[in-house]
Amino acid sequence: MSDAQQPALRLQGIVKTFPGVRALDGVDFEVMPGEVHALLGENGAGKSTLMKVLAGMYQPDDGKIIIAGRPVRMTTPIEAKAEGVVLIHQELSLVPEMSAAENIYLGELPRRSFGRVDWKTLEERSNTILKRLKCSFRSEVTVANLSIANQQMVEIARALTVDARVVVFDEPTASLTDAEKVVLFDIINDLKAQGVGIVYISHRMDEIFTLSDRITVLRDGAYRGTLTTAHTNEDEVTRLMIGRSLDLSRDEAAPTFGKTMLEVRNMGCPGLYKDISFSVREGEVVGFYGLVGAGRTEIAETLFGLRKPASGEIRVDGEPVEIASPRDAIALGISLVPENRKEQGLVLQMNCRDNMTLPQVQDLTAGPFVSQGAELAIFDQYRDRLAIKTPSWKQPVGVLSGGNQQKIVIGKWLSMQPRVLIVDEPTRGIDVGSKSEIHQLLRELAGQGYAVIVISSEMPEVLRVSDRIVAMYHGRIMREFGIHEVTEDSLVQAISGIRVDEPA
Amino acid sequence: MRHLFQNPVLRWLMRNPIWGFVLIVFIFFSLSSDHFFDARNFQNILVQTSTIGLIALGMTLVMINGNIDLSVGATLALAAAFAVDVQSWAMFATWGNWQILPAVCLALLVGIAMGAINGFIVWKTGVDAFIVTLGAMLGIRGLVFVYTGEQSFYAMNFAYSDFSAFSVGPLPVLALIFLLCVLAVHWLLSRTVHGRNTYAVGGNREAAVNAGIRVGPHMMINFMIIGFLAALSGVLLSTQMGAATPNLGRDYELWVITAVVLGGTKLTGGKGDIIGTLGGVLAIGILRNGMNLMQVPAFYVYVILGSILIAVLFLDKRFNTSTDGGLRL
Repeated sequence: MSDAQQPALRLQGIVKTFPGVRALDGVDFEVMPGEVHALLGENGAGKSTLMKVLAGMYQPDDGKIIIAGRPVRMTTPIEAKAEGVVLIHQELSLVPEMSAAENIYLGELPRRSFGRVDWKTLEERSNTILKRLKCSFRSEVTVANLSIANQQMVEIARALTVDARVVVFDEPTASLTDAEKVVLFDIINDLKAQGVGIVYISHRMDEIFTLSDRITVLRDGAYRGTLTTAHTNEDEVTRLMIGRSLDLSRDEAAPTFGKTMLEVRNMGCPGLYKDISFSVREGEVVGFYGLVGAGRTEIAETLFGLRKPASGEIRVDGEPVEIASPRDAIALGISLVPENRKEQGLVLQMNCRDNMTLPQVQDLTAGPFVSQGAELAIFDQYRDRLAIKTPSWKQPVGVLSGGNQQKIVIGKWLSMQPRVLIVDEPTRGIDVGSKSEIHQLLRELAGQGYAVIVISSEMPEVLRVSDRIVAMYHGRIMREFGIHEVTEDSLVQAISGIRVDEPA
Repeated sequence: MRHLFQNPVLRWLMRNPIWGFVLIVFIFFSLSSDHFFDARNFQNILVQTSTIGLIALGMTLVMINGNIDLSVGATLALAAAFAVDVQSWAMFATWGNWQILPAVCLALLVGIAMGAINGFIVWKTGVDAFIVTLGAMLGIRGLVFVYTGEQSFYAMNFAYSDFSAFSVGPLPVLALIFLLCVLAVHWLLSRTVHGRNTYAVGGNREAAVNAGIRVGPHMMINFMIIGFLAALSGVLLSTQMGAATPNLGRDYELWVITAVVLGGTKLTGGKGDIIGTLGGVLAIGILRNGMNLMQVPAFYVYVILGSILIAVLFLDKRFNTSTDGGLRL
């Protein structure tokens, strides 16, 4: 490659301010052709803003963008794409009602005369791209009918519509299964071999260390340094990112379990899961591990009364119960912290206090009015107990960090005095620092006698918080492990559907 | 039961339940009224439908965009007033029948301008289209009264009021114009880049922005199209009546939205098509016509249409919810 010495992309002293916030403060960043450059930083460190500047969605107030040696100004995503900078968005940026092909070429559909769409070219080109991505679906399918992982592939396919100089992946693996990750990494290596510069944003250290050549860290909108991946380790990167080392150790004090709180026997629901039997004791954390779509969330929704099981029995405290609605579940002391806190767990525009007291506000009355005092008392109690960082209860939850939002949701359900707490993907999209706080918190809650069920797709997470791990595959429980007998290999086998005869 | 769903006709009807309903009311009125099944009556239905139908075409675009336009009835009245009044301006007195041309052109331009204003405000302020066009509905209706001085205008040129009596072959000219517009808008929506972008903007506005579609100007164009169609509808209506009254087009926005929603267009945007909208306006047209022939008092039509609207949407929800896997609400 002749221009190997020249960066494919260089950002110099980028400054971007919003009213009241200096989101980017003189950030330098460069990607060489054929390099994977990881960009790291806690939520709110300015990664997204930087990427939006790159994609032409924001204009920097100061600083230069240099592509292949030429300073450029980009005012729209289309212009950025024309310069060869392609951004793959973290939150799926697709139109559900349209076909995969139309989504791949969204905003730049091939045209014929009179602005007509050139359907033939569109389908040929997008099928070629999908084939390159080893996708099993055709480009004519409607995106709404695809699984989340396949939708992510459509999103990635967009990067391949032009001869890209730089491709930015923003948390691309958030919803991919392990098998699909392998395909994605192949594609990234493929692009790399073609001399494309890759910017890779992720919270997952293991991915960053397998993929990247260099790592740049941002903190509070400022440049913190660039490390060569081969000469560094997770600890150094973490310290650069959050300014301190992480305590990753498990609390090894042997937990004490009480009586069985929740028991499920032979529960089944056609098409979603079958033959589900497990139990949770007081003070115990049971981790549900499996791939996306293994039926874990559906089981949680059944226990919370959102779905009706076709067969089987649920016992709470030894008594068989019928859970027909979330109301019943709450009355029985079962709480669910849902998978997607922004869509299912919080009313983002409402303030912290109101979000927390939402499920019980009808009980917090003084005469015909809502009692401000009672609400505040609950909020203060759980803010202190969960160490929620917010300037005041009046803050809309939408502006809090992911970790604090999650704590508000957990606090909301704790205030309902549950006995069983089900947490679905508790740390999705939360940065490393807050992640370990949430893990700590879940352990503490178990220590206080709650029965906790944690659903997670991240192996380090289940291994860290659980006392027992239930491995699921395709709607079935494959195996149950005690935390001391589990190995990463056996866990991966179990969730991939490989049956191992258990030792007698 | 299963093989029934393999039948392409039935499958098509499942996706467009409104056409099943059109078929049912068509058969019902054919059997129960002597005057319904008659070529002249069909021409009638098409002409009656064309007024609301034209606006519904534009409303389909605007609603797929995720917007709504409540000001169409008022725009219609304003355009009709212009069309009738300008003909009799002194400056065109010597133009003979040509005086109709500037009048109609000006009326259509007024419609486009009203749409452009709506679209521009939605684009630049980001205020919800419901509020913007609610304001426009009141404001434009006010303009109509100011302009007409609360009087009706009568067309002095008989060529103008005779226009609606023309036929091309078996088709009355008004029906022909309507059908041509149906084809044009259908083509625009399903075949052009602008049409596909209409779905993209309504389906996921953020994705459209990310993909570099200029959402604001795009929405403004659709508002201009509905403004044009509302004005065209107003002109055609005034040829039928030979006059323009200041109260012309009252409640039309409600009929239009009903027809479009009956046709399967989602209020939240991203979904809908012209075939459905055509079914929606025909359903309303046939019902009104048939019940009129059976001498059912007009207000019953409202009761029945209201019930049907809810029933059709209920059936649609029943048949076309597979994605949420039956999550209880």
